[in-house]
Amino acid sequence: MWKWLHSYADPEKAYNLSSKLLPWFSLLALLFISVGTIWGLMFAPTDYQQGDSYRIIFIHVPAASMSMAAYMGMATAAFIGLVWQIKAADWVAASIAPIGAVITFIALFTGATWGKPMWGTWWVWDARLTAELVLLFLYLGVISLYASFEDKVLAARAAGILAIVGVINIPIIKYSVDWWSSLHQPSTIKITEKSSMSSEMLYPLLINIVGFGLMIGAITIVRFKSEILARNGMRPWVRALAKQEGVS
Amino acid sequence: MQFDSIADFFNMGGYAFYVWLAYGVTFSSLSILIIVSAKRKKKVLTEISKKMVREERLKNNRSNKS
Repeated sequence: MWKWLHSYADPEKAYNLSSKLLPWFSLLALLFISVGTIWGLMFAPTDYQQGDSYRIIFIHVPAASMSMAAYMGMATAAFIGLVWQIKAADWVAASIAPIGAVITFIALFTGATWGKPMWGTWWVWDARLTAELVLLFLYLGVISLYASFEDKVLAARAAGILAIVGVINIPIIKYSVDWWSSLHQPSTIKITEKSSMSSEMLYPLLINIVGFGLMIGAITIVRFKSEILARNGMRPWVRALAKQEGVS
Repeated sequence: MQFDSIADFFNMGGYAFYVWLAYGVTFSSLSILIIVSAKRKKKVLTEISKKMVREERLKNNRSNKS
């Protein structure tokens, strides 16, 4: 039933599929992020406690939740690459890592600029913030391990093991606000019960979360495509493409 | 619209510095990431075609001598 999926382990097929998917991901990401951001900044009501400073939420929460989702995506790809020796999966993991690092940085930075006016401090060493900082270091570790080996099969194995071990950090980030007392507020979006947030604020937030997810997808596809080319420089179809588009 | 005027909007209820700093850094770092990622394809293809030219040269020189 899932056998058709296996044919996309072939680099050329994966490359062509990526080219087909890219415009959809890019367009939808642009649409969602524009709508979510403009709605959040201009039309969502002002918070009765936090005033307009709360509008940082429309980028902070999407960045923070997607930094974890991207990590799970990267670790899953790394796992598939390790267990079934599918190189394309390793390339996906390598493509996600730098994006995850930037998204995690954004989550930390927007958190700081929100923390300063609301908590009175840019940073505290509490569980949520520290665990998210560890996530940034995990991403940086995966990036540097993958870059450290000339042999990319070996590099993907080393980076993949780190990525998989680092999954332990994800539930720690997620549940840190419930397990330890923290300055950070508990999550306002709940899947099983009613969210503790008015829908006028919730909708633009959800739209931006989806938008960030689509954007990470789009950038992953862009990076995955060049990763395929870089790893298959000896193949005729890549060489034909290089002759066509490469300038030397 | 939640704000009475454009000036009001930019003022963000007195939190202008924090809100616009957050949005500014977010969208500029995303732009840098997107530009760097988009440029990579060209870089990789250029490297491959350079390698092809080098190989071609080596092959030609070898065949001259034999």
